[in-house]
Amino acid sequence: MTTPSSGLTRRQEYERRQRRRSLVIAGSSTALIILAIVLLVPLAPGWERVQNSFFNAEVFAKSFPKLLSAFLVDVAIFAWSAPLIAILGLAIALARDVRNPVLYPLRLFGMVYTDVFRGVPVVLVVYLIGFGIPGLGLPRPWNSPYIWGTVALVLTYSAYVAEIFRSGIESVHASQRSAALSLGLSSSDSMRFVVLPQAIRRVIPAQMNMLIALQKDVALLSFIGPVEIFRQAGVFKSLLANFTPYVVAALIFLVITVPTTRLADHLISKQNRARS
Amino acid sequence: MKLRLDQIKKTLGNRLVLDGISLDVSQGEMICLIGASGSGKSTLLRCINLLEPLDDGAIWLDGHDIATPGLDPQPVRQKIGIVFQSYNLFPHMTALENVLLAPRRITKKSRADLMPHVGELFERFGLSQHMDQYPDQLSGGQQQRVAIVRALAMKPEIMLFDEITSALDPELVGEVLEVLKALKREGMTMILATHEMTFARDVGNRVCFLDRGRILEQGPPEQVFNTPKEPRTRDFLARVLNRG
Ligand SMILES: Nc1ncnc2c1ncn2[C@@H]1O[C@H](COP(=O)(O)OP(=O)(O)OP(=O)(O)O)[C@@H](O)[C@H]1O
Ligand SMILES: [Mg+2]
Repeated sequence: MTTPSSGLTRRQEYERRQRRRSLVIAGSSTALIILAIVLLVPLAPGWERVQNSFFNAEVFAKSFPKLLSAFLVDVAIFAWSAPLIAILGLAIALARDVRNPVLYPLRLFGMVYTDVFRGVPVVLVVYLIGFGIPGLGLPRPWNSPYIWGTVALVLTYSAYVAEIFRSGIESVHASQRSAALSLGLSSSDSMRFVVLPQAIRRVIPAQMNMLIALQKDVALLSFIGPVEIFRQAGVFKSLLANFTPYVVAALIFLVITVPTTRLADHLISKQNRARS
Repeated sequence: MKLRLDQIKKTLGNRLVLDGISLDVSQGEMICLIGASGSGKSTLLRCINLLEPLDDGAIWLDGHDIATPGLDPQPVRQKIGIVFQSYNLFPHMTALENVLLAPRRITKKSRADLMPHVGELFERFGLSQHMDQYPDQLSGGQQQRVAIVRALAMKPEIMLFDEITSALDPELVGEVLEVLKALKREGMTMILATHEMTFARDVGNRVCFLDRGRILEQGPPEQVFNTPKEPRTRDFLARVLNRG
């Protein structure tokens, strides 16, 4: 057996050659496709029109700053609803797990709650709560669509988040609970210190996916009033008779959602690897 | 300390798993439960620790029936420790955190107050260097010893062991059995379900042969192993002793 001068084994040498080869192939085929798109799409008869109304540099520059600041509204709504969702979701999940018969109503409530809010489209909840409750004619800060729109998101999302927490709790093997109880720990201590920490770790990737979905669903509040990015883009569209602001809005969303999506995928695959 | 099981009955699913078990255990005794798979050894231990409620019968601990339906099981479990075949350490906690959790929550003592006793337990079972490691960084034998330390940290009066060496690689069995011998020397009262016949013969004070949820035969190890009275005991011993 001779080892090549590079100091690599024959196997490593072979794998390195293979890696280089696939890199070259992947690179050139991607370049080819991009080239084809760049050359061919402008040949389409309607390209000029589409380019002007969707990819208009002037409109882009004009709408960008305001869209960005409108996006901060989305960020704010997201930032204060996410923790509320986590807390409420966990509370609902625990309520569905209580064994004490005195607390049965709580358990029933948890069950009905998750069924109802997972069964109704988010937009509908946003409409019903966002228009319905301010319609009661409440005094000033309490008629704000920001508040009730957020409430709608929180209610809907906690139902999903609660179900994920519950599946996590159920995935922790019963022997862990037995072991905790056998030491003399109370039921609630066993849940709090033994089951829950393991359950939460397991569902982090799934909850990340909920966060990503929430980031996008904040835009639904545009239907009931708050001037967030989607609504602001609509304003620009009417003003400038051009769709480019929507493209700008989409790009701004992507800048935030792509990294979080990648992070979630990374966490999921890391967890899958750890388990197998 | 005195433990007395009186006609314990337990049904799981629609199977009568324990069919009237009675047993007297005195201070410092080591009782070995042997019997085929499914004979009810684990269930009996889980019942004594009150992890499974009894259907019928009583468990007397120092004159109190701890199996009285509706009684709070928590104080009882603090007096009766149990160690499982699969260790069941809490994977998200270090060895030390595993051991400290219950004493801290239950006795409300601070870590500093508990450390002398707990540190000594780690020391005694050769685990001092492993206090800050997580269960998955420990060998099976080390994990099982941590599980024993975790149960001992509550200062129980009785320890129950459910086939605690069955999941271990053969070369790690010895170190865990040594722990049991040490506990016996210190006068701990123990009931263990085991497949380690040699250990049961050499170390146990009494051997109980469980068969279909009953104690079919019991006595000093020499008697049960050398001159079993019941044909079913003979069959069982012939099977397990030939295997090994
Ligand atoms: N949840 C359950 N429902 C129905 N039957 C059960 C349940 N749990 C255990 N059993 C049955 O109870 C019987 C006794 O089980 P147990 O685990 O106590 O036996 P064992 O003597 O410890 O066996 P092993 O040596 O395999 O550990 C077995 O036949 C088992 O199939
Ligand atoms: Mg068993």
